[in-house]
Amino acid sequence: MKRLWTVPALALCSIALSAFAQDGGVFDQYREMLGDDSPAIFVIDEGEEYWYAPAGPNDVSLEACDLGLGAGVVEGAYAQMPRFFDDTGRVMDVEARLLHCMVTLQGRDAAEVHAKPYSGRGDMGTEMEALVAWIADQSMGSPLTPGQTHSEEQAAFTLGEQIFYYRAGPHDFSCATCHEQAGVRIRLQDLAELPNPEAARDIATTWPAYRLSQGVVRTFGWRMRDCLRQQRLPELIMGSEASVALQHYLSVKASGAPMNAPGLKR
Amino acid sequence: MAGRIRVRAQLSDGVTEVKALMRHPMETGLRKDADGNAIPANFITEVTATHNDRVVMQAFWGASVSQNPFLACRFTGGAVGDDVTVNWVDNLGETGTGTTKIR
Repeated sequence: MKRLWTVPALALCSIALSAFAQDGGVFDQYREMLGDDSPAIFVIDEGEEYWYAPAGPNDVSLEACDLGLGAGVVEGAYAQMPRFFDDTGRVMDVEARLLHCMVTLQGRDAAEVHAKPYSGRGDMGTEMEALVAWIADQSMGSPLTPGQTHSEEQAAFTLGEQIFYYRAGPHDFSCATCHEQAGVRIRLQDLAELPNPEAARDIATTWPAYRLSQGVVRTFGWRMRDCLRQQRLPELIMGSEASVALQHYLSVKASGAPMNAPGLKR
Repeated sequence: MAGRIRVRAQLSDGVTEVKALMRHPMETGLRKDADGNAIPANFITEVTATHNDRVVMQAFWGASVSQNPFLACRFTGGAVGDDVTVNWVDNLGETGTGTTKIR
């Protein structure tokens, strides 16, 4: 009798664990109820609106923005970032590229965008978060293939890897301190063994994500920033060389896996 | 942007399951922003689900329901193609609505 019980129970457990291992299964019931829906659907629509809305002193939309596949080509673009861009001569992530387009196409002030790119307490989402949510949704299912052929892209990978293992700050933390081992967690959050491609795939393909506990969509760049905050390191600037390098390192590790963003996380 | 509800209604074995995702800040009124000022209360107080024109569910909410709420309910007597509508009213008098057909 006992054996008959345990087999189906284990089967259920393994399905749940493999798909949702990151948060210890606490939101599985919620995810099942939601089915295919996610509160991110509203943010995706808002992002699309922002893309096509004229803004800034030049009063133009972001439609001509080149995310790497040509001006205005959004489908599949997120899956190929971060990548090297000829016009700026550097490797950029989606936030750096959007900021570039906001400044050059729309004439907006970079400092203004940097002042508040991400939601704070009481916010329902920012323009940057919405844009990234929509752009990522346009890459749903596409294999994650960040640039790896250009020497700058390879340098970004090396830099990202160095930062990953670099211990600093008052707690002498590196990313590796939490993310170098398998099977550990902090409170209810499973910690992914990021240098392992299998773990990196789960992570890099599910950001940006709707964060249930915060009620807003968060980007991959935001997650890097928040990690540094938790390490008690100086604030990581959105779209900076360090931020891009970290994301690039993880994206390269996850290379080939299909994008599944915006995801749904705790 | 305000007042949007994504509704789905699925009929199975005589029972229609309605799922509604709502866009709302559900601000309790007890939180403070970065400057220390209280963020004003802004939350849904009443949700109504109707099938064709009869009310099949009514919910009275308070501040404990979280941001961008998700609601699911079931009722009998529905048929494929029937209209299901979900409406909300919040403490500021704003409304939201969403509708779908039963599948």
